[in-house]
Amino acid sequence: MSQIGSFTLLLALALSGYCFVAGLLALLREGPSSARLSETARRAGIATFAVVFLAALVLVVAAFQNDFSIAYIFHHSNRDLPAPYKFATLWSGQEGSLLFWSLLLAAYGLVLRLRYKTDPRLFAYASVIIAAVQVFFLLLLNFAAHPFAVMQGSLPADGNGLNPLLQYPEMVIHPPMLYLGYVGFTVPFAFALAALVMRYPGEKWIHITRRWTMVTWGFLTCGIFLGAHWAYSVLGWGGYWGWDPVENASLMPWLTGTAFLHSVMMQEKRGMLKTWNMWLIFSTFMLSIFGTFLTRSGVVSSVHAFAQSSIGDWFVAFLALIFAVCVFFYVKNRSHLRSEHKLESLVSRESSFLFNNLLFVVACFTVLWGTLFPVLSEWVQGNKVTVGPPFFNRVNIPVALLLLLLTSVGPLLAWRRTSIESLKRNFLWPAIGAVAVGILLLVLGMKPWKEASYFYSLMTVMLSVLVGLTVISEFVRGGRVIARHTGQNLLASMGYLAHRNTRRYGGYIVHFGVIVIMIGFAGAAFNQDKEQEMGFGDRMTIGSYTLVCQSYTQDDNPNYSSEWAVMNVWKHGKQIGTLYPERRFYKASQQTSTMPRIRSTAAEDLYLVYEGLNQDTGRPIIKAHLNPLVMWIWVGVWIMIAGTLLALVPNSVPVRVPAPVPMHAEPVGAGD
Amino acid sequence: MPNLWGQGTKVNPGSGCPMSLLKRVFQIGVLMAGVLLFAGAGDDARFNDLGHRLMCACGCRQILLECNHVGCGYSDRMRAELVAAVDRGDNDDLTLQSFVQKYGPTVLAAPTKTGFDRVAWIAPYVALILGLGLVGFIVRAWRSRPLLRPAELPASVQGAELDHFREQARRETEI
Repeated sequence: MSQIGSFTLLLALALSGYCFVAGLLALLREGPSSARLSETARRAGIATFAVVFLAALVLVVAAFQNDFSIAYIFHHSNRDLPAPYKFATLWSGQEGSLLFWSLLLAAYGLVLRLRYKTDPRLFAYASVIIAAVQVFFLLLLNFAAHPFAVMQGSLPADGNGLNPLLQYPEMVIHPPMLYLGYVGFTVPFAFALAALVMRYPGEKWIHITRRWTMVTWGFLTCGIFLGAHWAYSVLGWGGYWGWDPVENASLMPWLTGTAFLHSVMMQEKRGMLKTWNMWLIFSTFMLSIFGTFLTRSGVVSSVHAFAQSSIGDWFVAFLALIFAVCVFFYVKNRSHLRSEHKLESLVSRESSFLFNNLLFVVACFTVLWGTLFPVLSEWVQGNKVTVGPPFFNRVNIPVALLLLLLTSVGPLLAWRRTSIESLKRNFLWPAIGAVAVGILLLVLGMKPWKEASYFYSLMTVMLSVLVGLTVISEFVRGGRVIARHTGQNLLASMGYLAHRNTRRYGGYIVHFGVIVIMIGFAGAAFNQDKEQEMGFGDRMTIGSYTLVCQSYTQDDNPNYSSEWAVMNVWKHGKQIGTLYPERRFYKASQQTSTMPRIRSTAAEDLYLVYEGLNQDTGRPIIKAHLNPLVMWIWVGVWIMIAGTLLALVPNSVPVRVPAPVPMHAEPVGAGD
Repeated sequence: MPNLWGQGTKVNPGSGCPMSLLKRVFQIGVLMAGVLLFAGAGDDARFNDLGHRLMCACGCRQILLECNHVGCGYSDRMRAELVAAVDRGDNDDLTLQSFVQKYGPTVLAAPTKTGFDRVAWIAPYVALILGLGLVGFIVRAWRSRPLLRPAELPASVQGAELDHFREQARRETEI
C-alpha cells in the first residue's frame, strides 16, 4: 500500500512539474507548436488531479484496512476508530493534511483547466501559476512530510488513535471547509498574477474570478465558524473563540479576502484601486500559506498546532519566492495598473470602500502583530510574552465597531457623489431606530457605565440595528420602485429586485448575517459561570435555571470509557429537560476529553461541563455556563451563507424601459 | 468564559462633534471613568478581572479562570493564590507582579504597558494612523487629478462610444 502511495506522489510531482515547465515554455514561445505544448501541459495538470486523488484514496483505504505499517496510519488511527473518523484521518495529521491541501489544489486546478475556453491565454497563465504552487506541495510531500513513510521494526498491533478532540462530527467537515477556503485563494491569486504578468486589458479577469473568490470566501467563512462551533461544543471551556494563533491564522486571510471582495467593486465599476486590489489578493494568498506555515512550523505555540517539524523552512522559502515574484512583476508592469477615474467627492461609495479596506487591513495587521509579538519579544528581550484575548479584544473591538458603522453608511452612498441631504434622508429613520433600541436597553437595565464590556455591547447592538434598518430600507425602497412599475406586491418586488442584482442584495443579506453574529458576540459581555460538586439531589442555581443532580454513572465501549452525570434542568419551578455532561477517556490515545451538553435557546445557552470526579468524595464536579445570545452567532452564519449563495446566482435580465418616462421615483439603492 | 467583548477595556468617546456636545461627551466620559474606577470594585469583581488577566501556567493556553482541567496542577493553586492576594488587599500591580515572579512573564494574558511590551499596544494604533494618512494622501491625489475641459470633450457621442458610456452608467448606478 505504501509503495503505491509513494509512486503516485512521485508521478503527481512529475506531472505537475511537466504542467509547469511545458506550460511556461508554451507561453514564452510563439507558433502552432506552442499551442500543442500548452495543450499537453493542460492535460498533465488534469492528470495531476487523478493521481493525487489516487494517493489520497490509498491513504484512506490504508486507514480503513488498519495498515499500521504506514507510520501516518499508526499515529492517527486505531482499530476501534469509527468509520467517519477513519475517513477524517486523511487530514488529521501533518502529512495527510498536506496531501489533502494538494488534492484540493489539484481539484481547483482541474476545474480551471476544464473551463479554459473562457479565455485560453489567461487560463494558461493561471494554470502555470497553480502548477507552480502544486509542485511546491508535492515536493513537500515527497521529500519532507511523506504520508506513506513506513514503520521501522516490528509491526504494531494497534495504532495510537485519533486525537479525542477530533472525534466529533463537525471535525469531519470543519477542516475540509477551511482548506477549501485556504486553497481556493490560490485561484484568484493565480488569475491576478496572470493578469499582471500578461498586462491583461480591462477588468475581465475580475469578472472571471469573482465567483471563485466568493465561493472560496464562503468556504473559509464556513470553516472558521464550524471551527468556532466545534470549539464551543467540544473543548468545554464555554467559549468559541480564544484568539489562538491557529484561529488567527484562519482569520487573517478572511479579513483581507473580505476587504478584496469590497474593493474589487471599485475596480470593476470605476477602474480604481487596481494596485491595491492586486496586492490585496497577493496578501490573501500569502496569508493562507503563512497560516499553513504557522500551524506546522512550531514558531508559535498553539493548542491546534501539528507537531513541530522542519517543514517551516520550506514555507519560509516558498513565501519569500512568492513575494519576490509578485514584487518583480508589479515593478515591471505597474504602469498597467493606473486608475482610470478620479474621486469626485468624499461622501461617496468610493471613499466608504477606502475606509472599509483600511479597517479590514488594520484588523488583519493587529491579528498578525499580536500573533507574532511573542516571537518578536523573545528575539528583542530574550523572553516570551503572552498575547491573549485581553489584547485582541481591546484593540479589535473598536475597529469592529467602526466597520459596523461603515456597513450602515456604505450602502446609502452612491458611486461618485452623494448629497448630504440624500444621506440625511436615508439615514434618519435607521438612526432613530438604533437610538430607540439603545434607550430601550438602558430602560431594561443595561448599565454601560458599569463595565467597558457592557458599553461595547450596547454600541454593538445599536450599530447592528442601524445596519439592519439600512439594509431593510434598501430592500423596501427598491422594492417600492419595482412594485410601482410592475404592479407586483412589495414582497415579490423585493424578490425580483434581489434577483435582478444578486450580488448587491446578496451582499446586503451577508451584512444582515454579520449583524446577527455581532449581536451574538455582544451577549458574551453578560456570560455567567458557576462550578460546584454535585451529589445525588444536589442543586445549583445559575441565572433563572436550577440544576438538580439526578445521578452520575460510568460507561464503557471499545473506543472509550466515560463518566457522566444526569442533570435535571428546572426553570420557574418546572422541569424543562435533562442534560448529560460527559467526560471520556480514549483508550488508544490514553487521553481524556470533555463532552459538554448544551441547552440552546435564542436568549441563552445553558452549557454544562462534567469536569471530573472529586477523588476524595467520589462526586462529580459540574461547571455551568450561562452564555446569552450564542445561538444568534450560528443563525447569523446561516444567513451569511444564504447571502453568499444568492450573490452567486446570475442576475436576471433587467426590464428595459423603451423611452424615458417622466416620474418622481425615489432613488433605488445608493440614492441620487 | 472568554469575553469576546473584552474585560476592563476603556471607553473611547467619539470626536468631531460641536463644542457643547464635545463638552457633554467629555463630562459623561469623566463620570463613566469615575464609575468604572469606584463602582463594582468588590472582591468578586476584582478576582474576576484579575483572573481574566492571567493565564493558567499548566500550558493549556487558557485564561486562568477558564482553565477547565480538573486536577490541573496549576489552576486551582493559582486561583487560591489570587483569592488570597485579593483578600489581603494587594493592589492589582502587586498581585500581577507576584504572579510574574512566580510563574514567569507568560502568565500575563496580555503584554504590559512598560518597556518593549508597550510596542505591542502602540503598533496597531500607529498602523491605523498611518493608514488614515495614506488614505488621506490617496484621496487628495485622486481629487487633484485634472478634469477634462469642455473643449476636450467630444462634440457628440455615438455608436460604440455611446454604448461604452451606457455600460459605464449601468455599472455605476447598478440598475
